Amino acid sequence: MPTFPSQAAPASGRTRSPIAAFTAHVVMGFRRWSTYRLATAAGAFTNTVFGLIKAYITIGAVGAAGGTLMGYDAATAATYAWLVQALIAPVNIFGWQELALRIRTGDVAIDLARPIDPQVAFLAADLGRAAYSLIPRGAPPLLVGAAVTGLALPGAVLPYLLGALSVVLAVLVSFAGLWLLNTAAFWLLDMRGVITLYMVASNILSGMIVPVHWFPDWMARIAQVTPFPSLVQAPVDIVTARVEGAAALGVLATQLAWFTALVLVGRVVFRTGARRLVVQGG
Amino acid sequence: MTDPIIDVRELHRRFTVRSPRGRFRRTRTVVEAVDGLTFQLPEGSALGYIGANGAGKSTTIKMITGILVPSSGTVRTCGLHPIRQRKQLARQIGVVFGQRTQLWWDLPLRESYRTLAAIHRLPQSVWTARRDELVDRLDLASFIDIPVRQLSLGQRIRGEIAAALLHSPPLLILDEPTIGLDVLSKERLRVFLTEQRAHHGTSLLLTTHDMDDVQRLTERIIVVDHGRMAYDGDLAGLVRRVGAERVLSLDLTTPAPPLAGIPGTDLVSVEADGLRQRLAFGDDTTATAVLEAIGRHVEVRDLTIEEPDIEEVVRRLYLSATGTGTGTGTGTGSE
Repeated sequence: MPTFPSQAAPASGRTRSPIAAFTAHVVMGFRRWSTYRLATAAGAFTNTVFGLIKAYITIGAVGAAGGTLMGYDAATAATYAWLVQALIAPVNIFGWQELALRIRTGDVAIDLARPIDPQVAFLAADLGRAAYSLIPRGAPPLLVGAAVTGLALPGAVLPYLLGALSVVLAVLVSFAGLWLLNTAAFWLLDMRGVITLYMVASNILSGMIVPVHWFPDWMARIAQVTPFPSLVQAPVDIVTARVEGAAALGVLATQLAWFTALVLVGRVVFRTGARRLVVQGG
Repeated sequence: MTDPIIDVRELHRRFTVRSPRGRFRRTRTVVEAVDGLTFQLPEGSALGYIGANGAGKSTTIKMITGILVPSSGTVRTCGLHPIRQRKQLARQIGVVFGQRTQLWWDLPLRESYRTLAAIHRLPQSVWTARRDELVDRLDLASFIDIPVRQLSLGQRIRGEIAAALLHSPPLLILDEPTIGLDVLSKERLRVFLTEQRAHHGTSLLLTTHDMDDVQRLTERIIVVDHGRMAYDGDLAGLVRRVGAERVLSLDLTTPAPPLAGIPGTDLVSVEADGLRQRLAFGDDTTATAVLEAIGRHVEVRDLTIEEPDIEEVVRRLYLSATGTGTGTGTGTGSE
């Protein structure tokens, strides 16, 4: 293979590892999102207001059920509502369409023509985005919740450590699912149908509206064969110590399994789509 | 002699276009976007790749950069197979698509460069030095910390070109880089590119509608028409081939009657009561001979010679090609 030695070839000076490229994308994702301060504030405000509404609805539901409902009392039900509100932004519950747009406009060619795997690059940037949104979008609902209804949180350290891991996994599962959804744009001109379907399914089955534990049996069974409970129900269960010990590890393993499966399928589908684009022209 | 940095042989690319006909039926037509192109670009040289919209320029570039598979034929870029070795190739080339961006819209250029340097795995000392050079030469300092979405088009394109050159690629491919730029921005860009080539020996492939770009930046031109090579050679050869004429524009000291009948010339226009007259002349005479002939009739105060408008030259080339059964010749080729 001929090389071009007359150049100050980048190959000769390349010493940094792929980890550095990953980290750079995490930083880039963080900075990209941190430029939208006003949107962050507006989002935090909305999450908090809806948190108030949801907290009182869940407290009402528990009261109507006679004080406890599937292991939730008024305090834990309200805590559930507040934690869900805090997770909306980091876990990207309301979706992400950047890749689909890039496919539709053809900008994905830029991503393909870079010496880095597009899925890895976008995943790293998404971790940066999640890291940014964690405090400014998560803290306000929790602070208001603590002041208004109080939060029923465990006193031990372990649930928080495992919970932090579970939140990271929830972000990863969410990204992997949305990546797969976005790759449909290689074949579909109009994504609105599949996006709506995905959003309805993920919002309900993740436990964002009511806990998965409150679902009727048939619905709980459906939820269990989808990755969606891994987005919200899983981290909230672990942080509130509703699941502990081996059970908590089992939940983490389920999240990890969903992430692995989704990210691999997403890789294959993206490659297939990209090959189609490259072969047929876009 | 090293291998050519771009080696394209018998390249074809067909697209199937489906268009509705009537209510239910669709007709499928096969369009030959690129139809049997063969050319080599020696390392270190600069090629202007021109043609009308839809002539197959962008399709060729996509195949050269590995984001489109040829229907048949072979492409080697920097000695690599563009599709199979796309990642390796991406480290060897810099590409600017005039219509697309590789910068992050929400972030300042500085952040984009930091990320791109990591993507290309450039060591800190290498890329910061290179960035500083590009910032200096492209005059980016005043807006490097402003989010890209707030930049003017000219600023953004300069930022794009710096992004494409950050990893010092041996081959730079520019797809209509000066589109929409004002005269001053175009000029700065041309000066910069000329200088980069002189310092770093960068090879250049340029598609453009701007004929000044071709004139100033490249030593060789390929004209494509309907995916076929209509011309391959230098600008002067192209002008000779289509018999384009130069125009002598004269400012006279006193108004004079129209200068018709000067041997070897055609009177193009007479302005300001005969104070300014323009005469076209071809290869069969010289500017000196024409001036001498004119000098016998009038006194010339000032003169300019307008070089042929290349758009006109290309149009003529197309006309002559379609007249003689679509572009077969390859001019003063470099096979």
